[in-house]
Amino acid sequence: MNWTTIFLTQHVGWIDPEMPDKPIGDYIGGVAHHSPLNNVAVWQIEDKHWQQFAITAVAENLRWVAGWAEQANEQFIVNASFEKNGVYMVLRTAINASKPELPSQATVYPAANRSERHTQDMFGIHFIGHPDNRRWTRHQAWDKHQYPLRKDFPVQGEPAEITPPDMHYDFVKGYGAGVYEIPVGPVHAGIIEPGHFRFQAVGELILNLEERLGYVHKGIEKIAEGRTPESLARLAGRISGDTTVGHCWAACMAMEQAAGVEIPSRAAFIRGILAERERIANHLGDMGAICNDVAFTFAQMQFTRLRELWLRTHASVFGHRLLMDVIIPTGVSRDVSEQSCELLKKDSVMLRKELADIMTAIDLNSSLEDRLYTAGYLSPDIAAAFGTVGYVGRASGQNFDVRRDATYPPYDQVTFKVALEDQGDIASRFWVRHKEINASLKLIEQFIQLLPEGEISTPWTTPTIDSEGLGIVDGFRGEIISYVRFDTDNKIARFYPRDPSIVNWPVLEKLVLNNIVPDFPVCNKSLNGSYSGNDL
Amino acid sequence: MNWLIAILQTTLFVALAPLLAGWLKRCKCYLQNRKAPSVLQPYRDLLKLTNKQPVVSEQASWLFIKAPYIIFSATILAASVVPLIAVDLPTSASADVIVMVGFFAFARFFLALAGLDVGTAFGGMGSSREMTISSLAEPAMLMAVFTITMTASTTNLSWAISHVLEQGLVLRPSFVFALFALILVAVAETGRIPVDNPTTHLELTMIHEAMILEYSGRHLALIEWASQLKLMLYGVLIANIFLPWGIAQSFTPQALGYGLLAIIGKLAVLAIILAIAETLVAKMRLFRVQEYLGFAYLLGLLGMLSHIILEASR
Repeated sequence: MNWTTIFLTQHVGWIDPEMPDKPIGDYIGGVAHHSPLNNVAVWQIEDKHWQQFAITAVAENLRWVAGWAEQANEQFIVNASFEKNGVYMVLRTAINASKPELPSQATVYPAANRSERHTQDMFGIHFIGHPDNRRWTRHQAWDKHQYPLRKDFPVQGEPAEITPPDMHYDFVKGYGAGVYEIPVGPVHAGIIEPGHFRFQAVGELILNLEERLGYVHKGIEKIAEGRTPESLARLAGRISGDTTVGHCWAACMAMEQAAGVEIPSRAAFIRGILAERERIANHLGDMGAICNDVAFTFAQMQFTRLRELWLRTHASVFGHRLLMDVIIPTGVSRDVSEQSCELLKKDSVMLRKELADIMTAIDLNSSLEDRLYTAGYLSPDIAAAFGTVGYVGRASGQNFDVRRDATYPPYDQVTFKVALEDQGDIASRFWVRHKEINASLKLIEQFIQLLPEGEISTPWTTPTIDSEGLGIVDGFRGEIISYVRFDTDNKIARFYPRDPSIVNWPVLEKLVLNNIVPDFPVCNKSLNGSYSGNDL
Repeated sequence: MNWLIAILQTTLFVALAPLLAGWLKRCKCYLQNRKAPSVLQPYRDLLKLTNKQPVVSEQASWLFIKAPYIIFSATILAASVVPLIAVDLPTSASADVIVMVGFFAFARFFLALAGLDVGTAFGGMGSSREMTISSLAEPAMLMAVFTITMTASTTNLSWAISHVLEQGLVLRPSFVFALFALILVAVAETGRIPVDNPTTHLELTMIHEAMILEYSGRHLALIEWASQLKLMLYGVLIANIFLPWGIAQSFTPQALGYGLLAIIGKLAVLAIILAIAETLVAKMRLFRVQEYLGFAYLLGLLGMLSHIILEASR
């Protein structure tokens, strides 16, 4: 029996399937429909109980996962997703478009903070009692009463000739003798994505850090509307270039759920190989970048070299260095031959050997150890409170992995160990990545060994109007949530991808506290949030 | 004639500095398993920068524009004091090591002011860090240099080198201490790993680079050149004080040529040692720099004590 049943019994009362409109319990007071969104329960409640639910959910140790909204005629449908013990549910409410207001859940779930601000900016929904109602995704590109995700807003937008600068964002200020402010970005000296960081510091000690993101807002949610499944898969693969497999898989999983399409087993295994290879490539890059940020260039060069060789195999086996567009709705676009399997196996053996050599050199380097240990400490409590996922969470003792805890093909047919560390510092995040690479190498070997014969894709069935799907996969940064709802004629009505960065970015503000300003870059690199995935 | 050779020596100093930087980069590339750019690359970079139009902030005062020239000139003057290929030149006779340190301090003062001048957060941050480090590095440097000059009973570098040459190869504990102190200081003062990373793009970790972040074009070229000169200067200081053999003591073309080859060889070896050290260690946390420079000071002090206890009585 999973927690949803107990939760309903204790707090809502079990809904009689024969009479779904008649609630039995009324602890929360709302009408809790238990209508499944495929395998995920959807509970519809009244808008006034929105916050009350969150309070109950916090007490029950539910993790806030994602929040999104959409416009349906004269109503806004607001959704929030929660998870516990690997079981997900979606909470849903409808609010009147003439007075779009909803009690905020960010009062109890800090992770919901930016998500609600995003919804506020995009739809004009006011979250009552929100601790921080400053603009988030909106900078100055739209007028005050324009909400880009409303149906009456044109897809091509109404861009002003020159976007006014976003000058008057109300950053938290520090006062007192010796407190000074360091603005960093959005344009940086290195080739990284744009994002602004505002530090309050005393000497070199960081008192407070505030992130200001949204500079790479591309309108992904808006331009997804009206797309065909193939086209949406391509778009999803471009949400964040380094997670192209993860996002594409999540979107395809959601669409396949909505359409009731079951992909062939062989396709699932190939997807598994792709996802694990993407994870390894990115972890190699990240580990090198962490070393480079403390000026240990030797290691970075070695990791970069290994990553490059790895990507070249991607290109020769799958036709794309970053594996873009290999996953398609209904399956995968490229098969792997016997020959390719041999090549992939050899590649894994080579990587394992070379990585072991480099790790010996790194492990023995005390100057590197001095920089990485104890710096950027994220306590397990804060990691849990913010619902931190992926390697950031796993380095702070958050023992959660979608692949194991909410498993999906092909991971349900293999065994693997979830990497876990509990020191919560940069070194932990470094070593978690190393462990994950080794786990992924083993997974790839198992996938190749178990790779079933058969088709690599299956015919598509056009889903009926309002079919929904929720794709949940583990990308290299952690859990990716992808919500899809179909319109008529095989068109997408709503697409919301939740990149793991959205829940991981806020903890950066916490983990840099009590560190010194010059240690920020390596703290940031150890987290490696995606700007593009966050800004959408 | 002597003045001519003195001018020639300083010109060589200035002309060879980018070559040393190029060689150092090449060594580091080899150690990192990379393909290395040509040793002449720093010259090309300087030429490229010189041909570019400098972009100067509207907030910049005259100081910002003049500072590169002041820094470059002061560094050249400092270089003229240090014997490169020959001793007993008039420039080194007229100024001693304290003057040289003074020129460095002078250049640094203007660099720090220029960093503050534009009013960006990084410039101020860099200047503050640079001053913190130099306030610790300078005493350590003077302590190391005094140890050597006590043996020779002079603060004049040229005479000190002549003295070492006359004495021949004698193992002095004070010199060993002073050598290590000076190497530590040199690494800190020239902004090398583990104190600063000259190749970083991360503004928040920068020290030297943060101050010059706003510079471009010929201004940047001059500052870069001055940095390369400073690196070479420290290299020459270490090579010629502790291992002066090969340096010209007369002004015959043969002796001068021999002196030039000797210093090039010594610097090439020093650069290899520096490259290996930079490859082996990560940059240290900023607050470790004080311990590092405190250690350099301690070595200098030990050098001086061992001179007084072991050597001065004889």
